Amino acid sequence: MKLLHAFALALLAFALPLAAQEAQSTAPYAYRQLDDAAQEAQAQALMETLRCLQCQGQSIADSDAPIAGSMRSLVRERIAAGEQPEAIRGWLIQRYGDYVSYAPRVTALTWPLFALPLALVALAGFLLRNRFRRGQA
Amino acid sequence: MSAPETTRPAAPRWAIWLPLALFLMFVVLVLVGLFRPADREVASTLIDQPLPQFALPAPLPGTPPAASADFAGGEPKLLNIFASWCLPCKAEAPQLGQLAAAGVTIEGISVRDTPEALKAFLGQNGNPYKRIGADDSGKVQLSLGSSGVPETYVIDGRGRIRYQHIGEIRPEHVPMLLDKLKAAR
Repeated sequence: MKLLHAFALALLAFALPLAAQEAQSTAPYAYRQLDDAAQEAQAQALMETLRCLQCQGQSIADSDAPIAGSMRSLVRERIAAGEQPEAIRGWLIQRYGDYVSYAPRVTALTWPLFALPLALVALAGFLLRNRFRRGQA
Repeated sequence: MSAPETTRPAAPRWAIWLPLALFLMFVVLVLVGLFRPADREVASTLIDQPLPQFALPAPLPGTPPAASADFAGGEPKLLNIFASWCLPCKAEAPQLGQLAAAGVTIEGISVRDTPEALKAFLGQNGNPYKRIGADDSGKVQLSLGSSGVPETYVIDGRGRIRYQHIGEIRPEHVPMLLDKLKAAR
């Protein structure tokens, strides 16, 4: 009986912080999934590629920061309203810059990141071809 | 066998140091990045853009609600984003009071707050706000490109965002904000 009592206490100790976390957000869909499973999957996929503005190493899907709750709610409500995930990402990038998104885009600033590896592979191929030719000769 | 080696032009003597030099350059780059103080502020990209449209309900019965239409009056105003649960907001309250006493109109947006907590917060720290909007979902905060509380925007008389102050307003920021308001005229 005593053991059961201790177990109940331990359970309560774990349950209380959880309840406090739930009470943290006044945004409707911060901790509530969408009823439509397909839409929730779409929202989840987008949330995993958006940066929490407060705990900046985390995605908003992982973070318990209050603003991440607001961002999740925003994403879910807009998906439920039929908006495309990339349009929502664009809306956030318009306000916070590319930093808010974990999915890299090809822009006037970032294209060398995508072009350079291809250029290096081409250069390596060119050099190797010359070397093999010389070996045959 | 030795024929190909003789046809290859000899590299200059200094070329042997090239890989080491490249490596050292890389080390310097890493060290600079490692010891430079981190900049964790995410600034809004809406500077010099029109204030996004919003019309928020009043969080308390007695206070008038805040809306973006209130900023079209021709006079520059401050838009303060705050919350009763945010400690730096408490720290900036005297400075907001000072600005309000200097004749600045301050509109407030309380983010993810409850009426009871907000009432207690305003009772304790004073109410410098002309109007307050309750942004329970945080949607208006996100539409403004605000990444936390407190933040203060300088909005000019035509309803355009002119400046974003991230973090609490310390005493040394008051003259700077007054200057920004004057420049927004």
